[in-house]
Amino acid sequence: MNKLAIFLVAAAIGYFYQESMARQSVKDPRSDEQVIQISAKTFEFQPSEITVKKGIPVMLELISVDRHHGFKLSAFQLRADVRPGSVETVRFVPDRTGTFTFLCDVFCGDGHENMSGTLTVIE
Amino acid sequence: MDQLMNRRDLLKLAGMGVAVFVSGTTVRAGGSQRKENDSFYFVQLSDTHWGFNGPAINPDSPGTLKKAIAAVNALDEQPDFVVFTGDLTQTTDNRGVRRERMAEFRDLVSQLKVKTVRFMAGEHDASLDRGDAYQEFFGDLHYTFDHNGVHFIVLDNVSDPMAAVGEKQIQWLQADLKQQDKDARIVVLTHRPLFDLAPDWDWATSDGTTVINTLMQHSNVTVLYGHIHQEHHHMTGHIAHHAAKSLMWALPEAYSVPKKGPIPWTAAEPYKGLGFRDVEARVRDGRYEIEELSLSKG
Repeated sequence: MNKLAIFLVAAAIGYFYQESMARQSVKDPRSDEQVIQISAKTFEFQPSEITVKKGIPVMLELISVDRHHGFKLSAFQLRADVRPGSVETVRFVPDRTGTFTFLCDVFCGDGHENMSGTLTVIE
Repeated sequence: MDQLMNRRDLLKLAGMGVAVFVSGTTVRAGGSQRKENDSFYFVQLSDTHWGFNGPAINPDSPGTLKKAIAAVNALDEQPDFVVFTGDLTQTTDNRGVRRERMAEFRDLVSQLKVKTVRFMAGEHDASLDRGDAYQEFFGDLHYTFDHNGVHFIVLDNVSDPMAAVGEKQIQWLQADLKQQDKDARIVVLTHRPLFDLAPDWDWATSDGTTVINTLMQHSNVTVLYGHIHQEHHHMTGHIAHHAAKSLMWALPEAYSVPKKGPIPWTAAEPYKGLGFRDVEARVRDGRYEIEELSLSKG
């Protein structure tokens, strides 16, 4: 019985520690930010089409649900590794309008070439 | 010879140290008369993607490589060697299938009359396992060889899934180049473009600028690569970069369509956009003549 109790306590501590670490990896958004969550999985981003407003700061929260992916938005010189188990935060201010491509830049398998999306910046 | 020249659309690229012949035939037309004492020629094949299955893109996916091998074997003058610039096989998560495809590819290529065949990896071959399976079948990921006065450098920009050559390999490159005269005839063979051809289409090498800056110290450098599934020519300073066609599917010109994707097969023009090239090296002049050969009739 004592062993079971110790096991349960240890499991609970482990669970709350993991949750705590996950929460810490997400930076708190600023009040004026446009916050967008993007999920990466083989072989797509969800959502794959994003619209933001020019001049208003953007915070992207990137997660992977399966394997190591990349996120590259070269128009704004942004890139990040997106790995399962953590949230990667990318911040920038879209300073011009237009439609820009982002893509996975870590080869992830048969379909990698199709793993891209667009960011549209409007006035 | 005059008749031969009339059949060609000769495209002279000013300042590139290269003449590109666009030909609709798979017969190497120059013959032995064109070969001079200080020259030799080799054949570049690329992006064969053995194991690919997509009838709308290439309904003859099992036959296209065989057709290309037959075309090379039918050249009236056999090349000194053949080089495959990556994506020999279509990628797969299945380690067993990956090795099956590589074994099949190796067996098919053994049917080439030319027995000197140089390989290099593409991301489809090597990015998912950092080149483990590739090395079992085809050897080193980066290496050099010399042929009749030309120093060939095979660079690996794919086994790192982030498309980097990497600091260690760049140091190896620098050490190799130190052994070469400044005006040595150097041909770099690689899979991805070393320059930023189209980063939003993943047509780049993440540390390619460092590689190019390293190569810039030498006055006669030419880069042959694949990856983009079409013929393309570009200069970075005095270094010429030439992309080869695929032997499985063609891709559109960079950024010419909203989203990158294979050009569908056209029944009226089978194998359109697929082909290979021969490269004649004129060693004394440090010049290269590229003849593009199509798999389609024309």
